[in-house]
Parts: sequence; structure tokens; C-alpha cells
Amino acid sequence: MTATTATKHRARPGRAVLTVVAVLVALVWAFPVYWMISSSLMSNVRLSAGAPKFWPVNPSFDNYASVWGGGTFLPALRMSLAVTALTVVCTLLFAFLASLAISRFRFRGRTSFILAVLVIQMLPAEGLFIAQYRLMGTLHLLNTVVGISIIYVGMVVPFTVWMLRGFVAGVPLELEEAGMVDGLSRFGAFLRITFPLLAPGLVASGVYAFLQAWNEFTTALVVLQADNVRTLPLWLRGFIQTSAARDIDWGQVMAASTLIALPVIVFFLFVQGRMTSGLVSGAVKG
Amino acid sequence: MSSQPLPAASADSVPVVTHGSSAPPAPRTHRPARLRSRRSPGLPYLLLIPSVAILLLALGYPVVWQVLTSLKKFGLAQQFGKPAAWVGLGNYVALAKDPYLWTVVGRSLVFCLVNALATLLIGMLVALLMKAVPGWARISVQVSMLLAWAMPVITAMAVWRWLFDYRRGVVNYLLTQLGLDYVGHSWLESPLSFFFVATVIIVWASVPFVAFSAYAGLTQVPGDVLEAAQIDGAGSLGRFRWIILPMIRPVLSIVLLLQIIWDLRVFAQIRLLQDAGGTPSQTNLLGTYIYQLGIGSGDFGKASAVSIFVLLLTIALSWFYVRRLLTDEAQA
Repeated sequence: MTATTATKHRARPGRAVLTVVAVLVALVWAFPVYWMISSSLMSNVRLSAGAPKFWPVNPSFDNYASVWGGGTFLPALRMSLAVTALTVVCTLLFAFLASLAISRFRFRGRTSFILAVLVIQMLPAEGLFIAQYRLMGTLHLLNTVVGISIIYVGMVVPFTVWMLRGFVAGVPLELEEAGMVDGLSRFGAFLRITFPLLAPGLVASGVYAFLQAWNEFTTALVVLQADNVRTLPLWLRGFIQTSAARDIDWGQVMAASTLIALPVIVFFLFVQGRMTSGLVSGAVKG
Repeated sequence: MSSQPLPAASADSVPVVTHGSSAPPAPRTHRPARLRSRRSPGLPYLLLIPSVAILLLALGYPVVWQVLTSLKKFGLAQQFGKPAAWVGLGNYVALAKDPYLWTVVGRSLVFCLVNALATLLIGMLVALLMKAVPGWARISVQVSMLLAWAMPVITAMAVWRWLFDYRRGVVNYLLTQLGLDYVGHSWLESPLSFFFVATVIIVWASVPFVAFSAYAGLTQVPGDVLEAAQIDGAGSLGRFRWIILPMIRPVLSIVLLLQIIWDLRVFAQIRLLQDAGGTPSQTNLLGTYIYQLGIGSGDFGKASAVSIFVLLLTIALSWFYVRRLLTDEAQA
């Protein structure tokens, strides 16, 4: 014990330096997010004049009002909500059923399916978008909610299956069987016992699917080329380009960015712990 | 914000499910599962149908189409109905002879390695820093890392473009304040500086994942072992080299692999920086090159051939990752 205290004393000056470094690191990493919000609260005139202001001077929500009421934001928001909702619902349903299959049953082809899921999960959108563009053209689904959602579900399902199967496997069958002994039907036992225990897993998977669909840019750029079907990321890109034709109104661009980023930041805080562990250790074990 | 934003990752060996359920960890047996599947042998296949169907449609069909198209002459004329003629490996040969392809490949590999290594190094240092500082400082670092991590690519790009704006950007302002001549400096004009900006953005966005993973690994290093080493005279560098590093090497290697795979496919950041002022031909990486070939010039045959190359490269790299996940599973 005394040895530890002695070390602590000796290490103190070094620790102070490290603390300063830590604060600097925190400032640097948070700065872009802070800058986005701070700039969004100032008028373009104020942002253009003189040296940058490091805190919002005369803050107002005018930029948000102009973006919201600008006529193009709301259709893009609706589009994003539709695509995201469809993706989340289908992903959860499909992945849930598949995870039941691979964690509750042993069957021929099970290992191949898991292997396929893991490999597919790594396929880059950048290596597939030409073919997906062509596919959507053939199916007459270019520029449609259904078309882009099909691709998103395909992209998200593999990781979601992988994530959910850990949850399903973690609920002991014995619990379910105990419920059946107590007089529940097999389906009833599943609904009353297993399903509630899976709720956290379903929430985490749903948020993951939401984040992917809400943020996706590459495939959307290829499959949604018409102006009236743009999702929010495409809309923001267009908004900057239109703005750049004159002189970019950074106040409005930052307000638009904040509107897009805010739900993501909120949802992200729910799910990120699970995502790290799933990616790094495959900690979802069955 | 809790002081432990990574409950699952910090307990590496504990199955994630302990989070939500209070169910006792009963030993799993295969007996009931087997009984069940005997009763309804078709059921697991039924459950898999929706997932398999969507995967075949959204990814399987495109992969097959792409392999076939890469063997055809498939340009604009063919898109408007002209039958596509088989050219065997013609597209691949034409690409292999095109020095520009090799420029793009080389550029992509260098960019990918530089970014992945820089991310790993900085992430590791941040993790060590979080371990060394008092609680409040660690939490500030964790919170700001989470903020950066949560930023959608598209909004992050908008903010960074604003930060690097040549006329009113903060970066130029601060550098000018330091006495350097950065008034009106355009960061995206020269390719090297373009890729520097891209690297800053990608490293900023990727470090949080590495830092949290490495930090979770560090918390697994037992304190008494470190103390024993210290009593035996090991300095802090020695302790890092001989105890900490070997213990967190598995985490680091998997994180590095993921970074390489992710940085190889980088598209949105490059594309959006090109919007902001980079010259596409001088700044294309594999992703934007495929986009330009396929969507830009309508040469689906060549675009498919490059895509196949990217897919094979990714699968080869991913193989190690997938094998690792499966070994983990077998050990569980």
C-alpha cells in the first residue's frame, strides 16, 4: 500500500502534464461538433465579418427557421424517415427470424450461413453500387423508397443477425420450457418469456439499422438521382452546392447539419457500447 | 453520461446479454435443440427465407451481374439496348495496361495504410492517456470522442469544409494567428494537401473507435501484474512493451484490420472533398474511380472489373477477420 502511494506521489507532475494533454485532446475532438452548433446560431453576415467568433454572438434560431421553411428540407426529411422506417422494420423482422434459426436450431447449412453472413457484412458498397444501380433500373425501382430500402436491408441484415443471435442464445431454453411446464403454449412461452428478454437486443439492432439508413450516402447517390427523392445526406450535399453557386451561407449549412446530426448523436449514445464489443471480439457469443 | 460508456466492451469475455437480462447463466445443452429440429426439420429454413432472399436480391444478384458484366463490353450503347458482346478478360487487360489504374491503386493503398496506421497510433495513445488521467479528464475525453464518433459522415464533411474554408475558415485563421501566411490559403488545390485534409478528417472520425477498443483492452490488464513488474524494476516503457502490448495485441490487430478494410473503401469523404474543390483526376481513389467509370462515363464493363478487384481485395483482407470471429465463437 505504501509502495503505491509513493509511486503516486512520484508520478504527480507527469500526471498533471498528461491531464492538460487530455483536456486538449477532448477540446480538439469536440471542436468540430461545437463549431457546427455555434455557427448554426449566427447569421451569415456575422460569420463573414472579421475574425471567427468562438462563441455564438447574438444567437438566434433564424438559420433553423430558414432551413426548415426553405421548401426542400421537409420533403428530404420525409424521404429519409420513410426509407429509415422501412429499413428498420424489415431488418428487425428478418434478422430476428434468422437469429432464431441459427441460435435455436442445429441444421445442415447452419455454419455456411453464418460464414456467408460474416463475409457479406464486409462487402463494400463501393464495389457493388454499379450493379445495384443496374438492378434497380431493371426492376424499375430507381428513385423509389422501396428500391433503396431493399439495398439497405441487405446491407444491414448481416451485422444485425450476428448481433441478435448472441441475445437469443443468451436466453436459456430451460426458461422457456419451464413456462411450458407451467401451462403456456410454445408460442406463448416464447412471447411471454423469451421475447421480453430480447428487447434490449432488438432496440440495439433497431438503432444500428436506423443509423445506417439515416447516414448512408454512397448508394443513395447512385440509386436516388432525381431531385424530388433525395434523402437528407443527398439533400445536404445539394444544399451546399446550390449555396456555393453564390457564396456558401455557412450559418444555414451548419443549421442543416445540426438538424441531421442531432437524432444520430442521441441514438448513437444508446447503441455504441454494443457495437464496439460486437465488432472487436465478436463478444456476442452463442 | 455514465462514467462507463462501454459496459459491454470493457468486459470482453462476458456475453453481451448480461446487460439486459437477469437470467441465470444456465449451461447450454444441444439436447433440446435437437429434439425440436427433429419435430419440425423445416422450421429453421423457413426462418431463414426472408434474410436469404433479401441478401440474394440486394447483394448476391449484383455480385453475379458484376462478374458477368466485367467480362463484357458494356458501355453507353449497351445500356440503351445494344446486346453486350463477351470480351473475355478484355476489360481487365485494358485496365491492367492503363497506367492511370495503377496510379489509383497505388494511391489508394498508400492512403489506406497511412490512415489506418495513423488512426491506430493516435487511438492507442488516447487510450493510454485515458488510463493515466484522473476520472473527470477521462470522462471529458470519452464524451468528446463519442460526439466525434456519432457525427454522420455527411455533416462531418460539411463542418470540416467550413473549418478549412479558404476565406473564413478557422484553420487558416489560427495558423495566421501563429504568424504563418495562411490568408486565403486553399487546402484542396494541390493533391497532397487534399489528401492531408482527407486524412485529418478520417483520422478524427476513426480514432474514437480505436481508442475505446484499446481502452477496453487496457482495463483487462491486471494491475497486480503491472505492480509486480514495477517492483522488479520495469520502467513505464518496459511495462508497456512487455506486459501491456502483448496483452492487448489481439484487440489492436483486429482493429487495425478493420481500419484497413474501411479505409480502402473510402468514398464519401473523397467525393465530397472533390465537390469542394479537388481535381477529380488527381484525387481519385478506387471508390470514386469506379463511380467515375460507371456512373460518370457509363462504362459498366470496366467499372465492374475494377469493382471485382476491390471486392476480392476486401474479401482477402476480411478472411482473417472472419476467421478470428469464428475462433472466438468456438472458444465460447
